[in-house]
Amino acid sequence: MFDDFSSSFIIQHYNYWMVIVLMMVGLYIVVSRGNLVKKIVGLNLFQTAVFMLYISVGKIIGGTAPILTGNPDEVYSNPLPHVLILTAIVVGVATTALGLALIVRINERYGTIEEDEIADIEQEIDRQESA
Amino acid sequence: MDMSPSFAISLAVLLPLIGTVLIGMSDRRPNQREAVSILTSIALFYVVAGFLPDVMSGARPSATWFEVLPSLSLAFEIEPLGMLFALVASGLWIVTALYCIGYMRGNKESHQTRFYMCFALAISAAIGIAFAANMFTLFIFYEVLTISTYPLVAHKQNEAAKSGARTYLGILIGTSIGFQLIAIIWTWILAGTLDFKLGGILAGKIDPTILPVLLGLYAFGIGKAALMPFHRWLPAAMVAPTPVSALLHAVAVVKAGVFTMLKVGVYIFGIDLLAVTQASDWLMWLAAASILIASTIALTKDNLKARLAYSTVSQLSYITLGMALATSLGVMGGAMHIAMHAMGKITLFMCAGAIYVATHKTEISDMDGLGRIMPFTFGAFLIGALSIIGLPPLGGAWSKWYLMLGAADAGHQIMIVVFMVSSLLNVAYLLPIVARAFFVPAPRFASAGAAAVPVRGGIQEAPILCVLPPVITAIGCLLLFFYAGEIYSLIYPVAFPDPSSAAVQSLAP
Amino acid sequence: MLSAILAHAPALQTVVPLIAAPLCVLFGRRHLAWAITLAASLISALFAAYLLAQTLDGSVISYELGGWAPPLGIEYRIDAVNAFVLFIVASVGALVALYARESIEQEIDPALHVYFYTAFLLCLTGLLGVTITGDAFNVFVFLEISSLSTYTLVALGAGRDQRALTAAYNYLIMGTIGATFFVIGIGFLYMLTGTLNMADLAERIAALGDNRTLRIAFVFIFVGIGLKLAMFPLHLWLPNAYSYAPSVVSVFLAATATKVAVYVMLRFLFTVFGFDYGFQAATLQTIVVPLAVIAMFASSIVAIFQSDLKRMLAYSSVAQIGYILLGISLLNKPGLTAGIIHLFNHAVIKGALFMAVGAFVYRIGSSRIEDLRGIGKQMPWMAAAFVAAGLGLIGVPLTAGFISKWYLIQATLDEGAWWLALLIVGSSLLAVIYVWRVVEAMYLAAPVQDAPVKKAPWSMIVPTWIMVLASLYFGINTELTGKAASTAADLLIQATQIEKAPETVPGAPAAGE
Repeated sequence: MFDDFSSSFIIQHYNYWMVIVLMMVGLYIVVSRGNLVKKIVGLNLFQTAVFMLYISVGKIIGGTAPILTGNPDEVYSNPLPHVLILTAIVVGVATTALGLALIVRINERYGTIEEDEIADIEQEIDRQESA
Repeated sequence: MDMSPSFAISLAVLLPLIGTVLIGMSDRRPNQREAVSILTSIALFYVVAGFLPDVMSGARPSATWFEVLPSLSLAFEIEPLGMLFALVASGLWIVTALYCIGYMRGNKESHQTRFYMCFALAISAAIGIAFAANMFTLFIFYEVLTISTYPLVAHKQNEAAKSGARTYLGILIGTSIGFQLIAIIWTWILAGTLDFKLGGILAGKIDPTILPVLLGLYAFGIGKAALMPFHRWLPAAMVAPTPVSALLHAVAVVKAGVFTMLKVGVYIFGIDLLAVTQASDWLMWLAAASILIASTIALTKDNLKARLAYSTVSQLSYITLGMALATSLGVMGGAMHIAMHAMGKITLFMCAGAIYVATHKTEISDMDGLGRIMPFTFGAFLIGALSIIGLPPLGGAWSKWYLMLGAADAGHQIMIVVFMVSSLLNVAYLLPIVARAFFVPAPRFASAGAAAVPVRGGIQEAPILCVLPPVITAIGCLLLFFYAGEIYSLIYPVAFPDPSSAAVQSLAP
Repeated sequence: MLSAILAHAPALQTVVPLIAAPLCVLFGRRHLAWAITLAASLISALFAAYLLAQTLDGSVISYELGGWAPPLGIEYRIDAVNAFVLFIVASVGALVALYARESIEQEIDPALHVYFYTAFLLCLTGLLGVTITGDAFNVFVFLEISSLSTYTLVALGAGRDQRALTAAYNYLIMGTIGATFFVIGIGFLYMLTGTLNMADLAERIAALGDNRTLRIAFVFIFVGIGLKLAMFPLHLWLPNAYSYAPSVVSVFLAATATKVAVYVMLRFLFTVFGFDYGFQAATLQTIVVPLAVIAMFASSIVAIFQSDLKRMLAYSSVAQIGYILLGISLLNKPGLTAGIIHLFNHAVIKGALFMAVGAFVYRIGSSRIEDLRGIGKQMPWMAAAFVAAGLGLIGVPLTAGFISKWYLIQATLDEGAWWLALLIVGSSLLAVIYVWRVVEAMYLAAPVQDAPVKKAPWSMIVPTWIMVLASLYFGINTELTGKAASTAADLLIQATQIEKAPETVPGAPAAGE
């Protein structure tokens, strides 16, 4: 019975498990890495996981592309999540671009892209201001 | 007067506001500024006094401005208590306006325009409080009064003034928002109205066991009544220039507090409800304690204004006590005490200011022998002090008389003892000042703080505008003794409401 | 002609700033860009006013974008709730556009001005779009349009302080996580129901009843929006972003961005999810109420200790969002009305405060409280504006803040939650302390500089005073705000069977008698 449960629970939902692992990896990178670029990479992983969640939900096994063929029994995948994710990918790319642009500027001004070094510099600025 | 009542009421509230603007516009012309100040005060008194005959004959002029929240309007209605308070505030403003000129010029104070503007604004708020037709309107003006007097307390802008003003604002805003606002909204939810109605609006709408809690929220929420332990702001406010202490912290602000207390007792709870449920018993004891403790503290103060401030704390609790007795005579005594104490205390404060202008002395121990060179000032001081103590033929005698009658009527004989002990304490902290000034010879060398002013023989009073006003109010104390009957008949319908009589009916608009 | 245009008001509302945005870059002249921005935001504001007037009686406008019928097409759906928020955003946007011209002169490199206007217009588009749309995924898209442009706007503060860059970066990371959470939640809702139209979603969710997927969707959306609206303790991006952004951006963000996020929260909580299920209601009662109270106190206390005025106001914003959330999570009509009315009042008050601060920065180049000593004498108009708006923040009578507080306390007392009422007044007394610190510095301290500081330019004084006067006006006449808020509250409550909820909700306080 346990086998039944685990096989159905894990294998039938393998796409979810994949998404969850990927998502957590991404989130972990965002939280744990001090390098600003790596954070962006993590953020990308995180977002990609969500894209895959959407896409896998829309897919029907054995379904074709949603093109009208005249056959009413044609099984096709749900196109809507895919279209939504196109939009989300655009948003994700824009976010990445903006994030990287900010990192370039930060590097110009601070001379580093390491979080703790930036924090040190900012503390120094704080001290000078209050002095 | 030919004005319609609603216009006249609006005018009374707005006149000082107009004055504020005009004063602001005459920033660089001191003479014009002070002329505006005096003219506004006279015009205001004229308008306010115009209501008196109508109110005496039982009319209740009213005005509604607009609705702020659904079924909560900014509205005004003149009833006897408000009439009395408005008369006291606006009448004494004239005297103080004169006194201000003498004091502010005599001391060469800075920021005088701001001072006069805030002063006028505060009076406008006081009139708004006096004429408010509902608790909502009253609360709004109550807060305006707090905010507009803050710059007056912080006037000197030094560290002491700033910290005093902080205490002032902190306690007044803290209590009013912290307790009073909650009490008001609670009342509104319970009663569905905040209109002042003789006999109260809460009867039958509230569980008697939580009545004392609601009363407590009001009593402590009305921080301006300086009930202990929320009295600290009053001594703290003494950093303000003396005219402010005189008019605002002996008359307008503190009287706004006890006036609100009376209004809440008479028009929100209703004295019958309080009497039946005995919800105000604890308040009575607290007020009694406040009277005695504050008087005792006053004894220990050497700074004249601080001593007067604690005396005020104690005298205010007389009025709270009058309300808490929950008898008609108590309310009568409390209401009368608003007028009597105002007249007496403003005299004392103006004298304190005159002494400061003339000699820059603030400590009582430095005032030995001053009576001989400032006989008018100290003469006025003596009269004011005797009125506070409650000796005939001065006004203060009547209010104490009615308060004691009220205590007897309520069956709290011990409160009579409180009043008597308190009167003795009044004697002990007020009369020595006069005695020292007249009978103790001046020291040969003035003490360090006042070294700049050598004490010479002969009369050396403060400027005339500093001395004349306290003399006027001292005479006022005397006159109040003989005109107390008028106040009595003014307040009568409030203190002795006959459910079937015209008094209740006339409250209906 | 006019009626033909007005029929498309919902679309034009967002399209006008959207089209104006690239025009700013194309023309490339900063004064022209300013004129375009001002015109576009004014037009948006007029449309918003028109839509509000149409919906104030409780009616609903449904607009099919491109003529595609919902639920397949995207529907713009305007009722009193979002018409009110649209009005706030668009009118604040117009005032900010007026104010921006002089303000950025000092704070942003002139070469970047056109980009500022572009980003500003895009941000406005995004915020208006989020508010107006009736499609759940469309909310995400507009949310990201506004967020991405906001990150840019914050980063433009680097001309004055390089820390704006890291503030923008951190905001980007947090904001993106929030948006992604939100989109996950939408995904679950779609999986569950097969629709994205909010009205459709609501119907199908009600038909399905409570289930685990729904709960997961709810939690993701709740946390995602919580990040965007700076719900304590997800507010960490806010103080830096507000303090290092250009002043005009702080004005705009403080007055609109978090308000729109609150609106989204309201929309999802009430219209989409409804309160038939104890889970959502219990979340609000057991999680949001304590968090809101903590926000009210913790952030106010932190605000007291700030030396920078902008930062102080930022923390105060977190506290004020606590009030709004508290009102909402009381789940009764007065509470909801209080929350919505405070949404508006706080937008006006905080906008005015940040505008005053922006003028100080314009003239003396600093927003540190110690540098503002004696400014009351030197910049009387702006200092007075600050005091008047500050009184509103405290909630003194005759200001808009008092009205909010009145409703909020009434709502808590209605619920019998007197301890909440005490906490509300307690935390508003903390506002007295931090506002008064500034008042003392401005008026009672000796001036820092001997050199006279010039008055602020009129183009800054006018919008600031419009905001201040609005904050006073809405404290005296609550007809518009009160009516809009209570109509909105009615609509939201109708959308959900809120009245039924208390019986089935564990841990909810008993409804008032």
